[in-house]
Amino acid sequence: MVIKCSEVWREISNYLEGEVTPDLRAAIEEHVHGCKHCTAVLNGTRNVVQLYGDERMLEVPLGFSHRLHRRLEDNMPGSRRSFLGWMVAAAAAVVIVGGFEAARSSPFSQPELRSEHAQAGSGVPPDLMVVVYPDGKTFHAPTCPFIHDKAHLRTIAAHDALQQGYVPCVRCMKKYLTARLGAAPAPAGVKPQLLS
Amino acid sequence: MPEEATSLENPAGQFNEEVLIRRVRDGEHDLFYELIRPYEQRLYYAAFAILRNQADAEDAAQEAVLKAFKHIRQFRAEARFSTWLIQITVNEARMRRRKEHAHMVEPIANQQDEQGNYTPRDFADWREIPSEALERKEIREKLTEALASLGQIYREVFLLRDMQQLSIEETAKALGISTASVKTRLLRARLMLRDLLAPGLGGSWSTKLSFEKGVKPW
Repeated sequence: MVIKCSEVWREISNYLEGEVTPDLRAAIEEHVHGCKHCTAVLNGTRNVVQLYGDERMLEVPLGFSHRLHRRLEDNMPGSRRSFLGWMVAAAAAVVIVGGFEAARSSPFSQPELRSEHAQAGSGVPPDLMVVVYPDGKTFHAPTCPFIHDKAHLRTIAAHDALQQGYVPCVRCMKKYLTARLGAAPAPAGVKPQLLS
Repeated sequence: MPEEATSLENPAGQFNEEVLIRRVRDGEHDLFYELIRPYEQRLYYAAFAILRNQADAEDAAQEAVLKAFKHIRQFRAEARFSTWLIQITVNEARMRRRKEHAHMVEPIANQQDEQGNYTPRDFADWREIPSEALERKEIREKLTEALASLGQIYREVFLLRDMQQLSIEETAKALGISTASVKTRLLRARLMLRDLLAPGLGGSWSTKLSFEKGVKPW
């Protein structure tokens, strides 16, 4: 059986999967033996399969497993561990919020904001997981459509983001900012300043 | 001690998936951690291949695991548990992609005629890449970039078959397409990746690779 280059390319995947008839296999091998282009295509395709099949290609972000288990734990109904976890988390949140508020009131520990127009997001839950990127000024919910640099995102707690000078995105963190503004109304005639 | 408890681990020391599933269904919710532990990495990557964003992928994978827990009674033993989990993750990621990225334009490769023949570019032979190359972060990044540049339909199939090692049939089931479509897309994905990577892995990316020693593969 004699076959053309185009037939080799069409069957190359099946050939690598071992899913061609003995006759077709022999024909492909005979063709490839005498064709430089098809040899290159076959070897290259085989390399692709080999490289991507290596489990080192499956990297996950640091702490992924921990965060996954924590979220699962928080959502397990009726679990004693879930209840205890909730209690611990609530207590930790109180401590963190208390500590954060205390730190915020100190003129020495106020982080330097990345934008001169920014307001610190004290209404955002400190243990809320948010994303930031290196040249950004704001932190976002992971699903926020206003993230500009999705290629270099980092997931951190809101508390850490605030400490590093990031401020909340006014779109995806709006509910926390609104709650904060509602809790402490601005004096008459003063409009709250939202981030651009 | 119940019989299941003694048979929870198989002789190889691995947890018996079938027993775990049964016990989770019976209310031992904490065992669900053990059930999903071997697949966490794969679920994240399945979501990442579709969403192409670390934070979104993590969120989608978490949501998929929660859904799997919630619907574990619907799992049928005729499918592998890993395939079922991946299927949920793929659906979750696709749904988010539709919702959040509806305005985004698909890569050109996605707009091509799926059935049309693909002509691989005429590069000279790509020498075998030693597995040590994958130790280098920049090589892994280049491979990830190349995969991300494929159209979604090709990326999904390639990821499930060649990276997650699902069978053709399992890939078809997870994506809700025919095995013929899986084969067609897989062929196209592999050839496109070869075209994207062959010049770089023989040239500028691999100038420091020990196997190269100044000799170009073409």
